[in-house]
Amino acid sequence: MAQQYKLVTCTINGKEVSTMVDVRASLTDMLRNDYRLTSVKKGCEVGECGACNVIIDGEAFNSCIYLAVWAEGKNIRTLESLISPEGELSDIQQAFIDETAIQCGFCTPGFIMTAVEILESGKHYSDDELRKLLSGHLCRCTGYENIFKAVKKTMLRRLGKLDDPFLKA
Amino acid sequence: MSNVGKSVARVDAFDKATGRARYTDDRCDKGALIARVVHSTVAHGVVKSIDIEAASKVPGVVKIVTCFDVPDIKFPTAGHPWSTDPHHQDVADRLLLTSHVRFYGDDVAAVVAENEVAAAQAARLIKIEYEELPFVLDVQKAMEDGAPQLHEKFKNNILNHTTIRNGDYESARKEEGLICVEGWYDTPTVQHCHIENHICYAYEENGQVVVVSSTQIPHITRRICGQALGIPWGKVRLVKPYIGGGFGNKQDALYEPLCAYLTTQVGGRLVKLDVPREDTFVSNRVRHAIRTHIISYMRPDGTFVARKIECFSDQGAYASHGHGIVAKGMGAFPQQYPCPNVEGDAYTVFTNKSVAGAMRGYGIPQAMWAGECHIDDCARALGVDPLEFRFKNIMKKGYRDGFSKNELYDDSYVQCLEKGKAYLDYDRKVAEYAKQTGPVRRGIGVAAFWYNTAVWPISLETSSCRMILNQDGSVQVQVGETEIGQGADTAYAQMTADVIGLADYKDVHVVSCQDTDVTPFGTGAYASRQTYTAGFSIRQTGLLLKERILKYACELTRQAVYNLDIEEGNIVRTTDGRVLMSLGELATEALYSLTHSEHLSAESTYQIKNNAYSFGCTFAEVEVDIPMCKVKVLDIINVHDCGKLINPALAEAQVHGGMSMAIGYGVSEQLLFDEKTGKPLNNNLLDYKLSTFMDHPHLEAQFVENYEPTSAFGTKALGEPPACSGAPAIRNAVFNATGVGVNRAPMTPHVLFDRFSEEGLIRDFWREEK
Repeated sequence: MAQQYKLVTCTINGKEVSTMVDVRASLTDMLRNDYRLTSVKKGCEVGECGACNVIIDGEAFNSCIYLAVWAEGKNIRTLESLISPEGELSDIQQAFIDETAIQCGFCTPGFIMTAVEILESGKHYSDDELRKLLSGHLCRCTGYENIFKAVKKTMLRRLGKLDDPFLKA
Repeated sequence: MSNVGKSVARVDAFDKATGRARYTDDRCDKGALIARVVHSTVAHGVVKSIDIEAASKVPGVVKIVTCFDVPDIKFPTAGHPWSTDPHHQDVADRLLLTSHVRFYGDDVAAVVAENEVAAAQAARLIKIEYEELPFVLDVQKAMEDGAPQLHEKFKNNILNHTTIRNGDYESARKEEGLICVEGWYDTPTVQHCHIENHICYAYEENGQVVVVSSTQIPHITRRICGQALGIPWGKVRLVKPYIGGGFGNKQDALYEPLCAYLTTQVGGRLVKLDVPREDTFVSNRVRHAIRTHIISYMRPDGTFVARKIECFSDQGAYASHGHGIVAKGMGAFPQQYPCPNVEGDAYTVFTNKSVAGAMRGYGIPQAMWAGECHIDDCARALGVDPLEFRFKNIMKKGYRDGFSKNELYDDSYVQCLEKGKAYLDYDRKVAEYAKQTGPVRRGIGVAAFWYNTAVWPISLETSSCRMILNQDGSVQVQVGETEIGQGADTAYAQMTADVIGLADYKDVHVVSCQDTDVTPFGTGAYASRQTYTAGFSIRQTGLLLKERILKYACELTRQAVYNLDIEEGNIVRTTDGRVLMSLGELATEALYSLTHSEHLSAESTYQIKNNAYSFGCTFAEVEVDIPMCKVKVLDIINVHDCGKLINPALAEAQVHGGMSMAIGYGVSEQLLFDEKTGKPLNNNLLDYKLSTFMDHPHLEAQFVENYEPTSAFGTKALGEPPACSGAPAIRNAVFNATGVGVNRAPMTPHVLFDRFSEEGLIRDFWREEK
């Protein structure tokens, strides 16, 4: 099959950009190779592990099974967008640090972006709901325990429910 | 101000939370050529011919090498320190590519192309003709006369056989009135499933082959690349960036030697070999499946009189770490529950399956599955509570092992068991669950584990460290022990700050990215030795640097050296506590002085001739749905005595991960092979069931902090121990709930269905309902 290229224009981390991509390329490939957004990790490339997760028009997707050409006109956010221009971390990133939710760090970017989707919904999810929403990501270091704490605490903090008895745990 | 013992944030947390931390693929230039390995599609055979014509015509293909092209040099892959004694060297049985394929997934050819698509297309078009040979997948069948032979040198496929003969088992078991308990226990083949696959890239520069790799063992891998290519080891430079998990898989030379070779075949151009997930499962390393047979003879009071153990360890197709795994596992047997008469035999046997290597626990998860299931079987036979039985028989304070000189300085087992017992309200629940009859029953179980921190006296334990004082009084640290996600760098920073007398661990910069051109020699991340072994060289080197700093301070302050110390990053006169100058002022003067400039640094090697026991346990509470053959873990706790905690929050987090792995080991994870073809059946993250967010409850981690007297900072093993006792604790909870002992892990519905049927549990319910 001869290679075919297509111009893809989209917004990545707040900036409108264009590049020619191989029509067979995944969004992971485009983000990593063309834009050097290396927080987007490759763990399986078939949508099983969640390491490549990014937010497309407000919704979390495994970018490895999302064609780059589908990104045309879309608004894409990666982990790189969360730090402020002054170098300040977002609350969810800080929570991952404070709750010791990071070990090898390879699953971290994907998890944080799903957490962003959860937090931006403004909803108060139950523990079971949170676990289900986060279950598209695999992690082999943390047993998910502290990741759960980081996401839950940040959700409660944003909802002004910091005095939840959970926080004593 | 003490840094050790505090739950400070990881030194790499910011970079990992922002995506700045660069792993192997993130550092690779995007112009790299892409390598793809072509794997065997038969379980055992000889390659008769390879047709690369169609593959060569794929646009973008640069080079194809086959098993007929590579040098005929066999090399070992295990991440062990090299032994200068040829009798103790690892078995050299690998070639870069092989024409005698010994498992489905063996390496036959490799394609180098300009892009991934061309590499993948060409790999598919390579036509390999095999002469198929009979194969064997079962470890005991492989030992039978007439079984297919994998390696010429190893008769009956036995890589090694070691024994334990303590006392006189045969005579002792003849004592009258003994109760005999016998069982066979099986553990599965599992894979590490670090989220970053193994990946490496290589190029030639400055007369060296440079290999950047996701490895736990940079200096060892450098040596193995040199051996495999037949070039001086100094001609190889190994660089290790951040790595996305290892768990032992990356404690082998995986595809670094092949990648290093490939760059030499394309004029030193940059070649990247990124292993797909499916290949990681099959063609990297797996954990040895071990079948264990235990017979125990006890007096009616529960005293062990004679015990026998036989272990059959499934090595897969090549030696890799080989017999060390089952030998370590069997070594725990006579120690954990001391008994005067023990007979043990451990066999490591080749089969036509994926190669088994190191995996978190190094034989102990398998040994604890067998040993701790068996302890509950013994308690059941005697009609006593399994926890009480453990209290009676488990290794006591003061136990000393003659070989390793390890000593149990505190009553660690009892203390850990008491803590777990209290957390799960053991006695109350045992009583509550005693008389259940319904289809859904609850149970509570316990398992303890035995662990050794490092590998002395079996092999070399050496740690080297370099420290440099910067102009501002901060300190750079390098050690040969590697950060692989476990948090080692943070522990090193905390230790360094305390030894020198810095105010804060943030004043220490640990160089995390290792490079064999500049990193002091060390054997890397394995066993559970990083914090223990590096602690010695950090303490020794820190004291050396401190001595040099104070000597220079004498010159600047004109005070006697014995009246000076470093506290909170300041040079302090100890006689009156006066701060004379800051470390930063001293360092600036030292580097820019017009009269006496000096680069203040220190470097030293510490050879560790100690080892340390690290013990603990798991308590688990389960709910078993008998008709559905399903086990749900309701509550679980691990308790560890790993000595003094350097960083409690990081320690707790490390325990969580091990517990998660242990839950998977007990109930869901296994790599399956087709009996008819030897083909792996579930080598992907969807069908291989590792624990997800939904699969376990809150993971409780607690500690007993007995200061380890042999240690530089009172600490000892925690990396692997959390993965060792969880699976048998869950099994024993299922036993408690249903009265059915399940001896095969993982306890999937298939396994439970067979056992519940055998014991009449399932039939009973159908009858009752009708």
